[in-house]
Amino acid sequence: MAKYLLLKHYRGAPAPVNDVPMAQWTPEEVSAHMQYMQDFAARLEKTGEFVDGQALAPEGAWVRYDGEGRPPVTDGPFAETKDLIAGWMVIDVDSYERAVELAGELSAAPGAGGEPIHEWLEVRPFLTAPPTITE
Amino acid sequence: MNEALLRSLTPSVLAILVRRGADFAAAEDAVQEALVEAVRVWPADPPRDPKGWLVTVAWRKFLDQARSDAARRRREDLVDEEPLPGPTPSVDDTLQLYFLCAHPSLTPSSAVALTLRAVGGLTTRQIAQAYLVPEATMAQRISRAKRTVAGVRLDQPGDVATVLRVLYLVFNEGYSGDVDLAAEAIRLTRQLAAQVDHPEVAGLLALMLLHHARRPARTAPDGSLVPLAEQDRGRWDTKAIAEGIAILQTALARDRLGEFQAQAAIAALHADAPTAEETDWVQIVEWYDELTRLTDSPVVRLNRAVAVGEADGPRAGLAALAELDDSSPSSSSRRHPIPRHTAVAAYLHERDGDLATAARLYAEAAHQAPNLAERNHLTRQAARLNAHLTR
Repeated sequence: MAKYLLLKHYRGAPAPVNDVPMAQWTPEEVSAHMQYMQDFAARLEKTGEFVDGQALAPEGAWVRYDGEGRPPVTDGPFAETKDLIAGWMVIDVDSYERAVELAGELSAAPGAGGEPIHEWLEVRPFLTAPPTITE
Repeated sequence: MNEALLRSLTPSVLAILVRRGADFAAAEDAVQEALVEAVRVWPADPPRDPKGWLVTVAWRKFLDQARSDAARRRREDLVDEEPLPGPTPSVDDTLQLYFLCAHPSLTPSSAVALTLRAVGGLTTRQIAQAYLVPEATMAQRISRAKRTVAGVRLDQPGDVATVLRVLYLVFNEGYSGDVDLAAEAIRLTRQLAAQVDHPEVAGLLALMLLHHARRPARTAPDGSLVPLAEQDRGRWDTKAIAEGIAILQTALARDRLGEFQAQAAIAALHADAPTAEETDWVQIVEWYDELTRLTDSPVVRLNRAVAVGEADGPRAGLAALAELDDSSPSSSSRRHPIPRHTAVAAYLHERDGDLATAARLYAEAAHQAPNLAERNHLTRQAARLNAHLTR
């Protein structure tokens, strides 16, 4: 088994095919989209491939150490930040191919007009612990 | 087996161990072990005196641990003083445990965890699941909390207000897992109300019951939020409402108003209305005025603006909202906007007929929403208005 992170972006991913902001959908289309996401996660729980999924608020701050005895420096949020993560799902699957298959299904979530969004999702393998047998 | 009974006995059993001389942390561990043992043994062999059984087993667990501890000699003195088996005292120090677990030296999250374990009798695993953190993390949080209050003597009077804040947190931040935290908060508040005669304890219990009564109607089958005005009132729990109102009336009659009583009064006025249209908004505004005097929190004043909008029309509501904006320093309100402020503005603009502004604000409110259910709800509101505008 190998773990993969499926990353959804608010900004920074290539434009999806069905590129209409959610506020321009009909309420029923919004509901259908939410339902698809829930069903997807529920299905992965049933197959034993779901690990975790979380959504992130669209705005955060940058923080860094500013030296001994000083409070950390905070900055932002920056409106121009190019890459903004919206949320993730962690899956534990048998192969890279399976991870890609599932990301493809997730990307088919319906959007405006009830058509799949074809949203670009990022698939990132976890770095793992070294195997016991290496030779 | 009656788990409710088991857990209702937890705090008094713990209090008895502490009174016999066990330190709080060790006694708490021993009681947890006894609870686990009870879950294993009771179904096949239910005890005649459940509390006596728990005290005996917990005390034995405590002594086993004390004996194997490094400080053996000091603790062995306790063995000599072991009380004879017999009926357990009926008066207990449950109230002191509430105070201890909500001690001001604890952070809110530690106080919540410790209260759920020591007073509520939940296992670390259950608490961890409820708050979506790893069990090891929750175990650490609880043992650190126990160390923090190790030096606090159990016989000192505490502040009921701190306990109420903790119980309010448990109720209001009920997440998920096997344990219904809202129901657990009600149980613990009910137990507290039996121990201490205080109108604000009654006020909080009434507030919880009145909100809990609406829970079946608050979410649609697909998990989406149903706003108060659109809820199917036939699905409200009338028994819980009647109990909440009765408790509140008794508390209010004592004429020692506090914020929980005032909040419960608002919840009661909503519960009393057969339809959303029949809500007595004028009285609700008056209660918000009371609440503002008691707390002056921006959240209260935001909710007041909603009530004003219903009582006197959306323009009046928007004016109340503008007052709120003027009174908060702009830099801090930009960085930490009042939760739901934008959503309230959107709602009032919609009722005022300015659909374009409302749609824009709903989308903005969705962007700021602190949870997915609210975000989805607000996105649907924006979508609804946009569909209307482009038609």
